[in-house]
Parts: sequence; C-alpha cells; structure tokens
Amino acid sequence: MTTTAKPKFKRSRISARHREWIAGYLFVLPDALGLLVFLGLPMLLSLVLGLYEVDGFGSYRFVGMANYTKMMSDRLFWQSAKVTALYAVMLVPLLYVCGLSLALLVQKTNRFNGVIRSMFFAPHMISLVVVALVWQFLVVDKIGVLTRLASALGFAGISLLGDPDFALFTVVAVSVWFLMGYYMLIFLGGLQDIPAMYYEAATMDGAGPVERFWYITLPLLKPTSFFVIMISMVAAVAGSQAFDIIWVMTSGGPANSTSVLIVYIYQQAFGFGAFGYAAAMSSILVITLMVLTGLMFLLTRGGRFSYD
Amino acid sequence: MTKKPSLYFSASQVTMVRLVWMTVAAILALMIIFPLLWMTSISFKTAQDAFSPTLLPASPTFGNFTYVITEVPFVRYMANSLFVSATVTVVALFFHSMAGYALARLRFPGRELIFLAIFSTLLVSLPVIIVPLFIIVRAMGMLNTYAGIIVPSIFNAFGIFLLRQYYLSLPREIEEAAVIDGAGYWRIYWSVILPLSKPILAALAILFFLANWNAFLWPLTVASDQDLWVVQVGIANFKSEYSAAWNYMMAASTIVAIPTLVLFLIFQRQIMDSIKTSGLK
Repeated sequence: MTTTAKPKFKRSRISARHREWIAGYLFVLPDALGLLVFLGLPMLLSLVLGLYEVDGFGSYRFVGMANYTKMMSDRLFWQSAKVTALYAVMLVPLLYVCGLSLALLVQKTNRFNGVIRSMFFAPHMISLVVVALVWQFLVVDKIGVLTRLASALGFAGISLLGDPDFALFTVVAVSVWFLMGYYMLIFLGGLQDIPAMYYEAATMDGAGPVERFWYITLPLLKPTSFFVIMISMVAAVAGSQAFDIIWVMTSGGPANSTSVLIVYIYQQAFGFGAFGYAAAMSSILVITLMVLTGLMFLLTRGGRFSYD
Repeated sequence: MTKKPSLYFSASQVTMVRLVWMTVAAILALMIIFPLLWMTSISFKTAQDAFSPTLLPASPTFGNFTYVITEVPFVRYMANSLFVSATVTVVALFFHSMAGYALARLRFPGRELIFLAIFSTLLVSLPVIIVPLFIIVRAMGMLNTYAGIIVPSIFNAFGIFLLRQYYLSLPREIEEAAVIDGAGYWRIYWSVILPLSKPILAALAILFFLANWNAFLWPLTVASDQDLWVVQVGIANFKSEYSAAWNYMMAASTIVAIPTLVLFLIFQRQIMDSIKTSGLK
C-alpha cells in the first residue's frame, strides 16, 4: 500500500482527505473485484448466456429465444419446476415449525439444554455428501434400519428412495434433519431479544403458556420469522442443500421424481454440454428468486416491523 | 427463566412438567444424532455384520478404515481438502477484514453504493450461477487447477458484512492515538484493527473452514482431475465404485466427518453463538 510509506513524512501533493479516499478504494479493491468477477459477472451472464448456443469447447452462436422456446415444450423442464416447487413448499414450513419447536424446547439457558442444543445442531456440521450417504444406508430397501422400522409400523415392502411416490419426501426429510438445528439457533437468537418483562406482565395478567406464545412470542418474533422464511425459501428454490443430497442419493430419479431444477440444469450443462440451454433455465431460476424475495420485501414493507 | 411460583401449578407439578420436558428433549436429541451413531457403528462392523440391527458391533474391526485409507487415495483427498479450505479461509479473512474496515471506518465517495452492491449479492447462491461461473473460470484457464477451486470460493458478502458490523461497533478513540502518531491507514489496519478483531476472526475462521471442507458442488464442477479431488468429491465417487460395500462407505464417511465433529466439539460455543447472532442485525 503506497499510502503507508514513511508515516512521518508530510505528503504535500495530496491532501489528507484524498489520502483517505485512495486508502478506502485500495482496501475495498480485492474483495470488490473478486465479487464482481465471480458473482456479479455470472449473474449478468446467466441472463445473457441463455440467448446463445454454447458447446463444450466454448464456441458461441446467437440463437435468440430458441433456448426459451425449447424450454416451454420440454416435459422434463416442467417436471423439474414442479419438483422444485413441491420441495420448497414442503421444506419451508417444515423448517419453520421444526426450528421454532426445537428452539422453544431448549429455550432456557442451562447446562442440560446446552448439551441438547449441541446434539440438535450436530447434523449441520456434517457435509451433505456424508449426510446423503448415511441416510441412503438407513433407507436401503428391505434391510435398512429405517426401512425395517417402517415395515414394523405396518409399511411393509416400502421403498423410501426407489418409489417415485416417496423419494421426494425422503429428500425433504433429510434436508429438514440437516437444517433444523441451524434454524433452531436463529430462532434462539430471536427469542433472546424478546424482553422478559413482556412475559412477566402477561403472566401477572393470567396468561397461560399458550396465550403467551400466541400473543407475545409469535408477534415479537416477526423479524426472525421473516429472515428464516426468506433464507430457507431462497435455499430451497436454488437447491443449495438439495443438489448435494439428490446428486448423491438419487441423481434425480426414480422417474425424475427428485429432479429439482438445479439437478436438471447441472445434467444439461455438465452431462450433455448444453451450456446455453442450462443458462437459460438458470435465468428462470434467478428471475423466480428475484420475484420471490421482492414479494417478501413488499409484503413486509422491506422486512421492517413495528412493535406496536 | 425465573424461580417465581407458577400461578397454575404446584411446586411438585412444576418439577414433573420439567422432568417430562427434559425427557422429551433428551429422547429427541438421541433420535437426531442416531444416524451419526449408526454411521460410526457400521464403520467398525464387518461386511456380513453391516445390516445387523445392533448398535454395538459384535466383533469391532479397524479393517474398514485401513482398507479405505490404503486402497483409495483418501489421504491425498484429505490433503487437498485441508489445503483448499485453509487457503480460502486465510485469504478470505484477510480480504474481508480489509474491506470491512474501509466500509466501516474510512470516508470516500461511493462508499455506501459499494456497500449496497456487496450487500445485494448476499442472497446469490452458488447453484444459481454455477453454469456462467464455470464458463468464466474456464475462460480464465483455471479448470483443473487449485486456483480454480480456491479463488472463486474466497469471495462472499457474508464475511464482509459481519466484519463491517463489528468495526462499526468499535469506539473511534481506538484509532485516534495511532492517527496522532502519524500512522498511515495500512498501519492502523495492521497493528490496531486486526489485533482487535481476533475474536470475530477466529469465529469466522471456523465457519469458513467448515463450509469449505464440506463444499461439494464447486470442487465437483471445476476439477475432473482425480489428483485435485477434495474429500467430498472423492467420497461421492467412492459410492459409485463400492455401492454395496456399506461398511467401507461408512468408514470413509466417518473419516470425512471426524474433523468437522472434532472442531464442533472444541468450538461449539463459538460456532453456535456466531450463527445465533448472524441471524438478524
């Protein structure tokens, strides 16, 4: 950094204010440049690339809307869009309920709850590849531990990953298992910020546990709820966890029943070299996410909540 | 939270409720970590024993571990993962703290705009940009290189954002003494700000290391050369070769999970606290 040479020396040519400017830009430069090249540029490119046909060797041919019209009549694209929507619609509420329930269960800070919290959170420390492998082992047809448990409960002959009617539920269950400890912590952070005096006042007025939850906890938890729903929705639609789990467990099968969009995009790009088509589908994903987050912000007036 | 007598229950009823509550929590916790216990158990079982419904192996063996380590280049995968994760963590923390410091403490035109631009990338997730990112990295000639795995993983807004928040909370007087001494901005950053950021840098270092150790999608995409495989890619590939050999696969899984679980056991407070507070601020 040029601005630091010889601190005692009075730099007469540039003023102190300008030195601060230059220092500021230089400090921000590495990260700003990196984010621009590896996040900003791909975002822009994902919107443009869909108009081209790109082959595996990197030659480009402008094809206009061809990729998009192809998409409209691609049965597998619509199947993947449906699976993605189903996955998100199941995952987001389940994570909300499970995360909040776990948080309420261990809300009090004491040594016992500390240990339990760690156990609830432990799955989140494992890589999703290992998570997928371990769960696949648990649900192996006929002899997996959970398959046997299921048949003991009356669901004999069930195939938790091999049956198109069940595979997506299994993937959702694994996602919930992996993520709920994380959301428990976010909820614990939110619960911490609710002043205890509200509860005390309500108890004085004769409010029971259910009323306290309904009229104090839930309304005052709104900012946290907003954050949780927003983050889990974006992750579910983008497939941040789903990709790893599905890639290892089912590769999108059986009968495309677990083929979320990102898995289909990945197969098109890196399996068949159809980068242009894959980018066109990615752009749909980007636009969907923008609309969903925009909607969330509109509905909640920018994620701000008043406490009255 | 308080020891006040409840309006609804007698003291013995309260104790009962608490006991039931604790039992429920304990049972749930055991159910939740059961898959991890099962994984560890199978990795000590023999092939014939792999599907026996007992948690404790009848005749525990280290054979699966030695097989995995000697027959598959697992040590190489681990070394790659370690190198990639450590490099990303160190470089990312360095860059993010520089950017966070400037965005919080220095005044320059366009600062708010730059911050907003960085902040707006917070919700962009890797899967959505994987195709164009691959094309950019290919154009830069970084496919099948360590640089290709490492460099794009360095940049994320989350770290910058948290560090900026932290620097905003530091009192101004801290730098003033250094300014009076005539120290330049680099020296203020290096010898005043960085030492003060040790706790938050440590917390972020753990999170970054874990995230990169566990990362799968990007290393899978950018490196097809087996010598560059990180452990997650290695183990996913292992599955297609040994799909029925669950005892080997669970041993491999256990080896991959151990570093993260050990880190968690040591730093559980810091890890859980930093996630708890990163939620909404």
